[in-house]
Amino acid sequence: MTATEQPPPPPDGRPPEPSGPSRPAAPPASGEPPAVRTPLPGLGFLREPGRLFALSVTVVRATFRRPFQVREFIEQFWFIASVTILPAALVSIPFGAVIALQVGSLASQISAQSFTGAASVLVNIQQASPLIVALLISGAAGSAICADLGSRTIREELDAMEVMGVSPIQRLVVPRVLATVCVAVLLNGMVSVVGTLGGYFFNVVLQDGTPGAYLASFSALAQLPDLYISEIKAVVFGFIAGIVAAYRGLNPRGGPKGVGDAVNQSVVITFLLLFFVNMVLTGIYLQLVPPKGA
Amino acid sequence: MGIEVVVEGLTKSFGRKNIWQDITLTLPAGEVSVMLGPSGTGKTVFLKSLIGLVKPERGSVLVDGVDMVRSRERDVYEARKKFGLMFQDGALFGSMNLFDNIAFPLREHTRKKESEIRRIVMERLEMVGLAGDEDKLPGEISGGMRKRAGLARALVLDPEIILCDEPDSGLDPVRTAYTSQLLIDLNAQIDATMLIVTHNLDIAATVPDNMGMLFRRHLVTFGPREVLLTSDEPVVAQFLSGSRSGPIGMSEEKDAATLAREADDGAPGPLQTVPREVVPQLEPTPGLPERQAVRRRRERVLGMLDQLPPAARRAIEASLPQHTPLPRRVSTTRRPPGTGPEPGVPAAGAESPAPRPPQERP
Repeated sequence: MTATEQPPPPPDGRPPEPSGPSRPAAPPASGEPPAVRTPLPGLGFLREPGRLFALSVTVVRATFRRPFQVREFIEQFWFIASVTILPAALVSIPFGAVIALQVGSLASQISAQSFTGAASVLVNIQQASPLIVALLISGAAGSAICADLGSRTIREELDAMEVMGVSPIQRLVVPRVLATVCVAVLLNGMVSVVGTLGGYFFNVVLQDGTPGAYLASFSALAQLPDLYISEIKAVVFGFIAGIVAAYRGLNPRGGPKGVGDAVNQSVVITFLLLFFVNMVLTGIYLQLVPPKGA
Repeated sequence: MGIEVVVEGLTKSFGRKNIWQDITLTLPAGEVSVMLGPSGTGKTVFLKSLIGLVKPERGSVLVDGVDMVRSRERDVYEARKKFGLMFQDGALFGSMNLFDNIAFPLREHTRKKESEIRRIVMERLEMVGLAGDEDKLPGEISGGMRKRAGLARALVLDPEIILCDEPDSGLDPVRTAYTSQLLIDLNAQIDATMLIVTHNLDIAATVPDNMGMLFRRHLVTFGPREVLLTSDEPVVAQFLSGSRSGPIGMSEEKDAATLAREADDGAPGPLQTVPREVVPQLEPTPGLPERQAVRRRRERVLGMLDQLPPAARRAIEASLPQHTPLPRRVSTTRRPPGTGPEPGVPAAGAESPAPRPPQERP
């Protein structure tokens, strides 16, 4: 449980100072090294990312430790799916349409209408779909997870759980993170399909594209790895959304207001991380996988 | 029988703020101890460090060979199953009803059948006087009921160490008296080591076998109840008499100037007030078994009698039943093999007596 071993952060987030001077009558240290070492100055900003990373490692390790909380997992899975499916579908239709319209008009400007299908579908599957999924999971499910864990933390429910010898990470966090990952993967498939259909509809009906060309160009340029990277992104984004929500939920600062702030921060942090990680993954993918027909 | 908890040199700070330092004491097995202290002296933090929720920088808390501060997380989790902690407000799970709350540890840690779980939970609910309320949610019941439900949950795994965080806060005097009686009855029934953190004087005077007090980041004293109840240490005397004059101020402590001014004013110090009497300890409800701890404690205390202050010694001698034999004979004839206290275990505390000396009555 690396995450729980950390000393509690000082309230203002500064690195802890050596506690010696504050102790007027400190007993002679009996050959023990001072418990709090002075960190290198200026490294304080690494504290939170480090703790976040430690939590994610702990969660991954606890995932494979028995007993697995099947019931909690199913409940959370159902909850997350139920709050994300409809909004995801509703967002993906206009999003697919916008991409199709934009790409279609651009393509017609450079007389490349025959490639409209390929371009819009690839953008949709590789970029739009995982991001829509992640934003919705973070906004709808992550905020709920963060608020739930946060209010449990300030009401000492998690302490009570630990006192009873039950690890809150294993009992609560692991099922939630796994549920976000699984829902992200499945939702990604749905959003891809709905977005592609929306793009097809708008291109063919509104922009007078030819259905045959749309589909033909698609199969000419798209390849299976495009789908793989889409699902890989969904897994990574779902994991990030779950971990960040759990991390902020487990460490709220002071009272009900702190929980509200934690929810707010968890969504913002997730968004920032998502777009950055998306950039990295896309860059790696484009370097590693040769484009079809090139 | 409960387990002994040995605390050595415990020091805890949050950032730059030192909470308390160098706390050394031993909670004797199976006895009831009380930790007193003004508000904000880190009593709850102390409780949480005993169970490993808060990690002090220095020192150790030994429970059955496991150091709750520094042992591996897995061992600490295992050791926690021997504990039952009653939180200040119960810390019940808000989304579960009382039955599920109390059944939670059983469902997580045992493979008992549902009928068996039901039987145990109902028994515990009965014990704390909540029979019939098992379907209510924690949000629907009063604070006192939440506390008692929290106690029932702490008891459900038959803990060997029970920690209570302010069992009286938010309760009326009658309910507090009932809670005190409940705690003593519990001790008689399951013979667990108990530590109660409180600033309630009634509980302090009637419940514990041993008492300690935290003040100004230090353990002022820890020892048999008579020592603290008769102590003439200014802090202890002020606290027990609930007086305004003395070292304890509204904010944590008074500064020297205030103290000097009070001395000039000739305000009656706590020492001039009526001498406190040692009220008798609560007895278990008739019908329950006798508390094993009483006999063990009597032998332990008689063994260290010579090192206690005279007032405490008089109080202890006064509290002995007339027919109690002298210590020498107690240790040779009255102790059945294997049930007595280990002779080498000091009674703990600030007095921290040497191992039991050759026993002579003064």
